[in-house]
Amino acid sequence: MKLSEIVQKLNGKVLNSKINLEIEVNGAGAADLMSDVLASIQPQAVLLTGLCNPQVVRTAMMADVLAIVLVRSKMPPVETVQLAENESIPLISTPYGMFEACGILYEAGLNCLERPVSDQDCFAS
Amino acid sequence: MTEQTPLRKSSLISDQEAENITRVEELAYEIKVQEVMTPNPITMTASVKMQEVLEQFRVARISGAPIVEEGRLIGIISIEDLIRCLIQSDLQAEIQKYMTHNPFTVKGDDPVVEALKMFVSTKVGRLPVVNKEGQLIGILTKGDITRGLLKALQQDYQTEEVRRYRASHLFEDIESERTSLILRYNIKAGDFTHGGEASSKIKRALSRMGASPQIARRCGIATYEAEMNLIIHTTEGGVIRVEIEPHQISIDVYDSGPGIKDVELAMKPGYSTASEKVRELGFGAGMGLVNISRCVDIMKLESVWGKGTRLRMKIFLKKEDTVGEGHAAKS
Repeated sequence: MKLSEIVQKLNGKVLNSKINLEIEVNGAGAADLMSDVLASIQPQAVLLTGLCNPQVVRTAMMADVLAIVLVRSKMPPVETVQLAENESIPLISTPYGMFEACGILYEAGLNCLERPVSDQDCFAS
Repeated sequence: MTEQTPLRKSSLISDQEAENITRVEELAYEIKVQEVMTPNPITMTASVKMQEVLEQFRVARISGAPIVEEGRLIGIISIEDLIRCLIQSDLQAEIQKYMTHNPFTVKGDDPVVEALKMFVSTKVGRLPVVNKEGQLIGILTKGDITRGLLKALQQDYQTEEVRRYRASHLFEDIESERTSLILRYNIKAGDFTHGGEASSKIKRALSRMGASPQIARRCGIATYEAEMNLIIHTTEGGVIRVEIEPHQISIDVYDSGPGIKDVELAMKPGYSTASEKVRELGFGAGMGLVNISRCVDIMKLESVWGKGTRLRMKIFLKKEDTVGEGHAAKS
Protein backbone atom coordinates (compact mmCIF):
# COMPACT_ATOMS: atom_id res chain seq x y z
CA MET A 1 0.00 0.00 0.00
CA LYS A 2 1.25 3.48 -0.83
CA LEU A 3 1.66 5.98 1.99
CA SER A 4 -0.64 8.35 0.09
CA GLU A 5 -3.44 5.75 0.31
CA ILE A 6 -2.94 5.53 4.05
CA VAL A 7 -3.22 9.31 4.32
CA GLN A 8 -6.42 9.18 2.28
CA LYS A 9 -8.00 6.29 4.22
CA LEU A 10 -7.23 7.94 7.54
CA ASN A 11 -8.44 11.34 6.35
CA GLY A 12 -5.00 12.45 7.39
CA LYS A 13 -3.25 15.79 7.35
CA VAL A 14 0.41 15.75 6.31
CA LEU A 15 2.41 18.04 8.59
CA ASN A 16 5.64 18.13 6.59
CA SER A 17 5.89 20.94 4.08
CA LYS A 18 7.49 18.74 1.45
CA ILE A 19 7.50 15.02 1.58
CA ASN A 20 7.12 12.18 -0.84
CA LEU A 21 3.96 10.17 -0.16
CA GLU A 22 4.36 7.80 -3.09
CA ILE A 23 6.39 5.29 -1.13
CA GLU A 24 5.42 1.69 -0.58
CA VAL A 25 4.56 0.73 2.99
CA ASN A 26 4.90 -2.87 4.12
CA GLY A 27 2.90 -2.73 7.30
CA ALA A 28 2.23 -0.91 10.52
CA GLY A 29 2.48 -1.04 14.27
CA ALA A 30 0.91 0.97 17.08
CA ALA A 31 2.35 1.92 20.46
CA ASP A 32 2.54 4.77 22.93
CA LEU A 33 5.54 3.44 24.76
CA MET A 34 8.72 4.34 22.96
CA SER A 35 10.54 1.36 24.43
CA ASP A 36 7.84 -0.86 22.94
CA VAL A 37 8.42 0.72 19.56
CA LEU A 38 12.15 0.13 19.85
CA ALA A 39 11.63 -3.44 20.99
CA SER A 40 8.89 -4.68 18.75
CA ILE A 41 8.40 -2.72 15.56
CA GLN A 42 10.04 -4.07 12.46
CA PRO A 43 11.87 -1.90 9.92
CA GLN A 44 9.90 0.05 7.28
CA ALA A 45 6.64 0.14 9.23
CA VAL A 46 4.19 2.98 9.76
CA LEU A 47 3.94 3.88 13.43
CA LEU A 48 0.55 4.87 14.87
CA THR A 49 0.90 6.66 18.17
CA GLY A 50 -0.75 9.08 20.56
CA LEU A 51 2.53 10.65 21.60
CA CYS A 52 3.67 13.80 19.85
CA ASN A 53 6.91 14.97 21.45
CA PRO A 54 10.16 15.10 19.43
CA GLN A 55 11.20 11.74 20.91
CA VAL A 56 8.65 10.08 18.66
CA VAL A 57 10.65 11.20 15.62
CA ARG A 58 13.96 10.15 17.19
CA THR A 59 12.51 6.78 18.09
CA ALA A 60 11.21 6.40 14.55
CA MET A 61 14.67 7.10 13.17
CA MET A 62 16.31 4.53 15.42
CA ALA A 63 13.74 1.86 14.63
CA ASP A 64 13.74 2.58 10.87
CA VAL A 65 10.08 3.60 10.95
CA LEU A 66 8.88 4.83 7.55
CA ALA A 67 6.17 7.27 8.67
CA ILE A 68 4.44 8.46 11.84
CA VAL A 69 0.67 8.78 12.23
CA LEU A 70 -0.58 10.79 15.21
CA VAL A 71 -4.07 9.71 16.25
CA ARG A 72 -6.99 11.71 17.70
CA SER A 73 -6.23 14.87 15.65
CA LYS A 74 -3.19 15.55 17.78
CA MET A 75 -1.18 18.56 16.76
CA PRO A 76 2.44 18.11 17.81
CA PRO A 77 4.68 20.92 19.11
CA VAL A 78 6.80 22.77 16.54
CA GLU A 79 9.95 20.97 17.69
CA THR A 80 8.46 17.66 16.60
CA VAL A 81 7.40 18.98 13.20
CA GLN A 82 10.79 20.63 12.69
CA LEU A 83 12.66 17.45 13.51
CA ALA A 84 10.45 15.39 11.20
CA GLU A 85 11.06 17.98 8.51
CA ASN A 86 14.85 17.91 8.96
CA GLU A 87 15.01 14.14 9.03
CA SER A 88 12.50 13.72 6.19
CA ILE A 89 10.18 11.48 8.16
CA PRO A 90 6.52 11.84 7.11
CA LEU A 91 4.36 13.09 9.98
CA ILE A 92 0.61 12.63 9.57
CA SER A 93 -2.26 13.62 11.85
CA THR A 94 -5.56 11.71 11.69
CA PRO A 95 -8.89 12.55 13.37
CA TYR A 96 -9.51 8.86 14.14
CA GLY A 97 -8.68 7.34 17.51
CA MET A 98 -6.02 4.69 17.84
CA PHE A 99 -8.48 1.78 17.76
CA GLU A 100 -10.36 2.99 14.73
CA ALA A 101 -7.26 4.07 12.80
CA CYS A 102 -5.69 0.65 13.30
CA GLY A 103 -8.96 -1.02 12.33
CA ILE A 104 -9.23 0.93 9.09
CA LEU A 105 -5.70 0.06 8.01
CA TYR A 106 -5.99 -3.56 9.09
CA GLU A 107 -9.22 -3.95 7.15
CA ALA A 108 -7.57 -2.36 4.11
CA GLY A 109 -5.08 -5.23 4.18
CA LEU A 110 -2.05 -3.61 5.81
CA ASN A 111 0.21 -6.16 7.50
CA CYS A 112 1.18 -6.18 11.13
CA LEU A 113 4.84 -5.30 11.63
CA GLU A 114 4.90 -5.76 15.37
CA ARG A 115 6.46 -8.85 16.79
CA PRO A 116 5.96 -10.26 20.23
CA VAL A 117 8.56 -9.15 22.73
CA SER A 118 9.97 -12.25 24.33
CA ASP A 119 13.12 -12.77 26.31
CA GLN A 120 14.74 -14.39 23.31
CA ASP A 121 17.15 -12.47 21.16
CA CYS A 122 14.75 -11.05 18.59
CA PHE A 123 17.36 -9.25 16.60
CA ALA A 124 18.90 -12.24 14.92
CA SER A 125 18.19 -11.74 11.28
CA MET B 1 34.41 20.32 -2.22
CA THR B 2 33.59 23.57 -3.91
CA GLU B 3 30.17 24.07 -5.40
CA GLN B 4 29.20 26.82 -7.76
CA THR B 5 25.52 26.09 -7.91
CA PRO B 6 23.25 28.28 -5.79
CA LEU B 7 23.07 27.36 -2.14
CA ARG B 8 20.28 25.01 -1.31
CA LYS B 9 19.54 23.68 2.12
CA SER B 10 21.74 20.64 1.92
CA SER B 11 19.68 17.58 2.60
CA LEU B 12 21.46 14.31 2.57
CA ILE B 13 20.16 11.08 1.27
CA SER B 14 19.26 9.24 4.42
CA ASP B 15 19.79 5.57 5.08
CA GLN B 16 16.75 4.23 3.32
CA GLU B 17 15.94 6.68 0.59
CA ALA B 18 18.71 5.92 -1.80
CA GLU B 19 16.23 5.58 -4.61
CA ASN B 20 16.76 8.61 -6.77
CA ILE B 21 13.25 8.66 -8.20
CA THR B 22 11.74 9.87 -4.95
CA ARG B 23 14.63 12.27 -4.53
CA VAL B 24 13.72 13.92 -7.83
CA GLU B 25 10.27 14.60 -6.46
CA GLU B 26 11.75 16.10 -3.33
CA LEU B 27 14.09 18.25 -5.37
CA ALA B 28 11.15 19.57 -7.38
CA TYR B 29 9.93 21.09 -4.13
CA GLU B 30 13.33 22.31 -2.97
CA ILE B 31 14.74 23.91 -6.09
CA LYS B 32 13.53 27.34 -7.11
CA VAL B 33 12.59 28.26 -10.66
CA GLN B 34 15.30 30.92 -10.82
CA GLU B 35 17.97 28.28 -10.16
CA VAL B 36 17.16 26.35 -13.34
CA MET B 37 15.73 28.99 -15.73
CA THR B 38 17.65 30.59 -18.58
CA PRO B 39 18.38 34.11 -17.32
CA ASN B 40 18.39 37.22 -19.51
CA PRO B 41 16.58 35.74 -22.50
CA ILE B 42 16.40 37.46 -25.88
CA THR B 43 13.41 39.80 -25.77
CA MET B 44 11.56 41.80 -28.42
CA THR B 45 9.13 44.67 -28.50
CA ALA B 46 5.57 44.53 -29.79
CA SER B 47 6.18 46.80 -32.77
CA VAL B 48 8.93 44.68 -34.32
CA LYS B 49 8.07 43.04 -37.67
CA MET B 50 7.49 39.28 -37.87
CA GLN B 51 10.27 39.17 -40.52
CA GLU B 52 12.66 40.18 -37.73
CA VAL B 53 11.28 37.43 -35.45
CA LEU B 54 12.06 34.88 -38.16
CA GLU B 55 15.63 36.18 -38.41
CA GLN B 56 16.17 36.25 -34.63
CA PHE B 57 14.83 32.74 -34.14
CA ARG B 58 17.04 31.44 -36.92
CA VAL B 59 20.22 33.19 -35.80
CA ALA B 60 19.84 32.57 -32.06
CA ARG B 61 18.35 29.09 -32.56
CA ILE B 62 15.47 29.78 -30.21
CA SER B 63 11.82 28.87 -30.55
CA GLY B 64 10.19 31.62 -28.51
CA ALA B 65 10.80 35.03 -26.97
CA PRO B 66 9.08 37.23 -24.38
CA ILE B 67 7.75 40.58 -25.55
CA VAL B 68 8.51 43.45 -23.17
CA GLU B 69 7.56 47.08 -22.87
CA GLU B 70 9.71 49.18 -20.52
CA GLY B 71 10.95 46.06 -18.73
CA ARG B 72 7.41 44.80 -18.19
CA LEU B 73 6.28 41.55 -19.77
CA ILE B 74 3.31 42.03 -22.10
CA GLY B 75 3.33 38.93 -24.28
CA ILE B 76 5.20 36.01 -25.76
CA ILE B 77 5.93 35.04 -29.35
CA SER B 78 6.64 31.43 -30.24
CA ILE B 79 7.55 29.44 -33.31
CA GLU B 80 3.91 28.32 -33.57
CA ASP B 81 2.87 31.99 -33.93
CA LEU B 82 5.54 32.41 -36.58
CA ILE B 83 4.19 29.44 -38.54
CA ARG B 84 0.66 30.91 -38.46
CA CYS B 85 2.13 34.13 -39.80
CA LEU B 86 4.04 32.31 -42.54
CA ILE B 87 0.87 30.52 -43.67
CA GLN B 88 -0.74 33.94 -44.10
CA SER B 89 2.43 35.24 -45.85
CA ASP B 90 2.20 38.11 -43.40
CA LEU B 91 5.84 38.67 -42.40
CA GLN B 92 5.43 42.45 -42.60
CA ALA B 93 2.91 42.42 -39.73
CA GLU B 94 4.01 43.54 -36.27
CA ILE B 95 4.54 41.07 -33.44
CA GLN B 96 1.49 42.28 -31.52
CA LYS B 97 -0.77 40.80 -34.19
CA TYR B 98 0.47 37.26 -33.59
CA MET B 99 1.86 37.20 -30.03
CA THR B 100 0.04 35.74 -27.05
CA HIS B 101 -1.03 38.63 -24.83
CA ASN B 102 -0.75 38.36 -21.03
CA PRO B 103 0.97 34.98 -21.06
CA PHE B 104 1.09 32.61 -18.10
CA THR B 105 4.12 33.31 -15.92
CA VAL B 106 5.94 31.78 -12.97
CA LYS B 107 7.74 33.57 -10.17
CA GLY B 108 11.47 33.15 -9.74
CA ASP B 109 11.17 32.02 -6.14
CA ASP B 110 8.42 29.49 -6.83
CA PRO B 111 9.49 25.88 -6.40
CA VAL B 112 10.05 24.02 -9.65
CA VAL B 113 7.03 21.83 -8.93
CA GLU B 114 4.74 24.86 -9.41
CA ALA B 115 6.15 25.38 -12.88
CA LEU B 116 5.70 21.69 -13.65
CA LYS B 117 2.05 21.89 -12.64
CA MET B 118 1.60 24.92 -14.87
CA PHE B 119 3.21 23.18 -17.85
CA VAL B 120 0.73 20.34 -17.39
CA SER B 121 -2.36 22.51 -16.96
CA THR B 122 -1.62 25.11 -19.66
CA LYS B 123 0.19 22.90 -22.19
CA VAL B 124 2.51 25.82 -23.06
CA GLY B 125 6.08 25.09 -24.14
CA ARG B 126 7.80 27.86 -22.23
CA LEU B 127 7.02 30.10 -19.29
CA PRO B 128 8.39 33.60 -18.77
CA VAL B 129 9.82 34.00 -15.26
CA VAL B 130 9.11 37.23 -13.38
CA ASN B 131 10.23 38.67 -10.05
CA LYS B 132 7.94 40.01 -7.33
CA GLU B 133 7.57 43.32 -9.18
CA GLY B 134 6.45 41.52 -12.32
CA GLN B 135 9.66 42.25 -14.23
CA LEU B 136 10.99 39.62 -16.59
CA ILE B 137 14.05 37.82 -15.21
CA GLY B 138 14.24 34.69 -17.35
CA ILE B 139 12.52 32.03 -19.36
CA LEU B 140 11.81 28.44 -18.45
CA THR B 141 11.28 25.31 -20.56
CA LYS B 142 10.72 21.73 -19.46
CA GLY B 143 14.25 21.04 -20.72
CA ASP B 144 15.63 23.61 -18.26
CA ILE B 145 13.87 21.79 -15.42
CA THR B 146 15.18 18.39 -16.45
CA ARG B 147 18.73 19.71 -16.71
CA GLY B 148 18.47 21.50 -13.37
CA LEU B 149 17.11 18.45 -11.57
CA LEU B 150 19.73 16.15 -13.04
CA LYS B 151 22.49 18.52 -12.00
CA ALA B 152 21.18 18.81 -8.45
CA LEU B 153 20.68 15.08 -8.24
CA GLN B 154 24.19 14.39 -9.38
CA GLN B 155 25.59 16.85 -6.89
CA ASP B 156 23.55 15.35 -4.05
CA TYR B 157 24.58 11.89 -5.00
CA GLN B 158 28.23 12.77 -5.31
CA THR B 159 28.35 14.53 -1.94
CA GLU B 160 26.86 11.56 -0.13
CA GLU B 161 28.85 9.07 -2.21
CA VAL B 162 32.11 10.83 -1.41
CA ARG B 163 31.19 10.88 2.28
CA ARG B 164 30.29 7.23 2.23
CA TYR B 165 33.34 6.28 0.23
CA ARG B 166 35.71 8.12 2.53
CA ALA B 167 34.11 6.79 5.69
CA SER B 168 33.77 3.23 4.47
CA HIS B 169 37.48 3.05 3.65
CA LEU B 170 38.63 4.88 6.76
CA PHE B 171 40.72 2.09 8.21
CA GLU B 172 42.13 0.68 5.01
CA ASP B 173 45.27 2.77 4.63
CA ILE B 174 46.12 3.09 8.28
CA GLU B 175 48.53 0.56 9.64
CA SER B 176 48.66 -0.23 13.31
CA GLU B 177 48.33 -3.20 15.61
CA ARG B 178 44.83 -2.09 16.40
CA THR B 179 43.08 0.84 14.73
CA SER B 180 39.91 2.40 16.04
CA LEU B 181 37.79 5.50 15.76
CA ILE B 182 36.36 7.04 18.90
CA LEU B 183 33.22 9.19 18.97
CA ARG B 184 32.32 11.10 22.14
CA TYR B 185 29.08 12.84 23.01
CA ASN B 186 28.30 14.82 26.16
CA ILE B 187 24.69 14.36 27.21
CA LYS B 188 22.98 16.92 29.45
CA ALA B 189 20.65 15.82 32.23
CA GLY B 190 17.03 16.73 31.60
CA ASP B 191 17.65 17.82 28.01
CA PHE B 192 14.67 16.08 26.46
CA THR B 193 14.60 18.40 23.46
CA HIS B 194 17.89 17.03 22.16
CA GLY B 195 17.32 13.52 23.39
CA GLY B 196 18.36 11.10 20.69
CA GLU B 197 20.57 13.49 18.76
CA ALA B 198 23.79 11.71 19.68
CA SER B 199 22.31 8.33 18.81
CA SER B 200 21.16 9.63 15.44
CA LYS B 201 24.67 10.82 14.71
CA ILE B 202 26.18 7.52 15.80
CA LYS B 203 23.74 5.58 13.62
CA ARG B 204 24.49 7.80 10.62
CA ALA B 205 28.25 7.49 11.14
CA LEU B 206 28.02 3.71 11.21
CA SER B 207 25.90 3.61 8.05
CA ARG B 208 28.45 5.77 6.28
CA MET B 209 31.25 3.54 7.44
CA GLY B 210 29.57 0.63 5.74
CA ALA B 211 27.68 -0.97 8.62
CA SER B 212 24.72 -3.09 7.55
CA PRO B 213 21.25 -1.65 8.29
CA GLN B 214 20.77 -4.31 10.99
CA ILE B 215 23.99 -3.36 12.76
CA ALA B 216 23.24 0.37 12.47
CA ARG B 217 19.75 -0.23 13.85
CA ARG B 218 20.90 -2.36 16.78
CA CYS B 219 23.55 0.17 17.68
CA GLY B 220 21.10 3.05 17.27
CA ILE B 221 18.51 1.52 19.56
CA ALA B 222 21.02 0.56 22.25
CA THR B 223 22.65 4.01 22.36
CA TYR B 224 19.26 5.75 22.19
CA GLU B 225 17.97 3.90 25.26
CA ALA B 226 21.23 4.64 27.06
CA GLU B 227 21.13 8.30 26.00
CA MET B 228 17.58 8.67 27.32
CA ASN B 229 18.68 7.05 30.58
CA LEU B 230 21.37 9.72 30.97
CA ILE B 231 18.82 12.45 30.31
CA ILE B 232 16.16 10.98 32.60
CA HIS B 233 18.13 9.66 35.54
CA THR B 234 21.46 11.44 36.00
CA THR B 235 22.15 14.50 38.12
CA GLU B 236 24.78 16.04 35.86
CA GLY B 237 24.40 14.19 32.60
CA GLY B 238 27.02 11.86 31.24
CA VAL B 239 29.09 10.75 28.29
CA ILE B 240 28.55 8.35 25.43
CA ARG B 241 31.77 7.01 24.01
CA VAL B 242 31.67 4.80 20.96
CA GLU B 243 34.79 3.02 19.80
CA ILE B 244 34.50 1.72 16.29
CA GLU B 245 36.88 -0.97 15.13
CA PRO B 246 36.51 -2.91 11.91
CA HIS B 247 35.28 -6.02 13.69
CA GLN B 248 33.50 -4.61 16.74
CA ILE B 249 31.71 -1.61 18.19
CA SER B 250 32.25 -0.86 21.86
CA ILE B 251 29.85 1.57 23.49
CA ASP B 252 30.64 3.02 26.88
CA VAL B 253 28.05 5.16 28.65
CA TYR B 254 29.00 6.67 31.98
CA ASP B 255 27.86 9.31 34.42
CA SER B 256 28.76 10.67 37.82
CA GLY B 257 25.59 9.96 39.67
CA PRO B 258 23.35 9.30 41.38
CA GLY B 259 23.93 5.64 40.52
CA ILE B 260 21.61 2.66 40.71
CA LYS B 261 20.68 1.28 44.12
CA ASP B 262 19.95 -2.26 42.99
CA VAL B 263 21.45 -3.17 39.62
CA GLU B 264 19.81 -6.60 39.52
CA LEU B 265 16.38 -5.07 40.10
CA ALA B 266 17.03 -2.37 37.47
CA MET B 267 17.65 -5.08 34.90
CA LYS B 268 14.21 -6.64 35.52
CA PRO B 269 11.72 -5.96 32.71
CA GLY B 270 9.10 -3.47 33.86
CA TYR B 271 11.04 -2.10 36.80
CA SER B 272 11.33 1.68 36.65
CA THR B 273 12.00 4.65 38.87
CA ALA B 274 10.99 7.19 36.25
CA SER B 275 8.76 10.15 37.11
CA GLU B 276 5.27 10.74 35.77
CA LYS B 277 6.64 13.43 33.44
CA VAL B 278 9.07 10.99 31.88
CA ARG B 279 6.32 8.40 31.47
CA GLU B 280 4.21 10.95 29.64
CA LEU B 281 7.01 11.18 27.11
CA GLY B 282 6.62 7.49 26.41
CA PHE B 283 9.65 6.40 28.42
CA GLY B 284 10.20 4.95 31.83
CA ALA B 285 8.35 1.69 31.22
CA GLY B 286 11.28 -0.23 32.63
CA MET B 287 12.19 -1.72 29.28
CA GLY B 288 15.26 0.35 28.40
CA LEU B 289 17.96 -1.92 29.77
CA VAL B 290 16.08 -4.97 28.54
CA ASN B 291 15.95 -3.50 25.06
CA ILE B 292 19.64 -2.71 25.20
CA SER B 293 20.56 -6.24 26.21
CA ARG B 294 18.59 -7.53 23.23
CA CYS B 295 20.51 -5.32 20.79
CA VAL B 296 24.07 -5.94 21.90
CA ASP B 297 26.26 -9.02 22.16
CA ILE B 298 27.82 -8.18 25.50
CA MET B 299 26.45 -5.85 28.13
CA LYS B 300 27.90 -4.97 31.49
CA LEU B 301 26.25 -2.63 33.98
CA GLU B 302 28.16 -1.40 37.00
CA SER B 303 26.91 1.17 39.43
CA VAL B 304 27.74 2.51 42.82
CA TRP B 305 25.01 4.43 44.60
CA GLY B 306 26.19 7.99 45.14
CA LYS B 307 29.07 7.62 42.69
CA GLY B 308 27.74 6.86 39.25
CA THR B 309 26.94 4.29 36.62
CA ARG B 310 28.90 2.73 33.81
CA LEU B 311 27.21 0.75 31.06
CA ARG B 312 29.48 -1.10 28.66
CA MET B 313 28.21 -2.74 25.51
CA LYS B 314 29.78 -4.53 22.60
CA ILE B 315 28.50 -5.49 19.19
CA PHE B 316 30.61 -7.92 17.19
CA LEU B 317 30.72 -7.73 13.42
CA LYS B 318 31.02 -10.71 11.16
CA LYS B 319 33.97 -10.86 8.82
CA GLU B 320 31.91 -9.81 5.80
CA ASP B 321 30.24 -6.98 7.75
CA THR B 322 33.28 -5.10 9.05
CA VAL B 323 33.15 -1.31 8.98
CA GLY B 324 35.70 1.11 7.54
CA GLU B 325 37.34 -1.54 5.40
CA GLY B 326 35.52 -0.89 2.17
CA HIS B 327 32.62 -3.32 2.55
CA ALA B 328 29.55 -1.69 1.07
CA ALA B 329 26.46 -1.69 3.27
CA LYS B 330 24.14 -4.50 2.24
CA SER B 331 20.45 -4.22 2.81
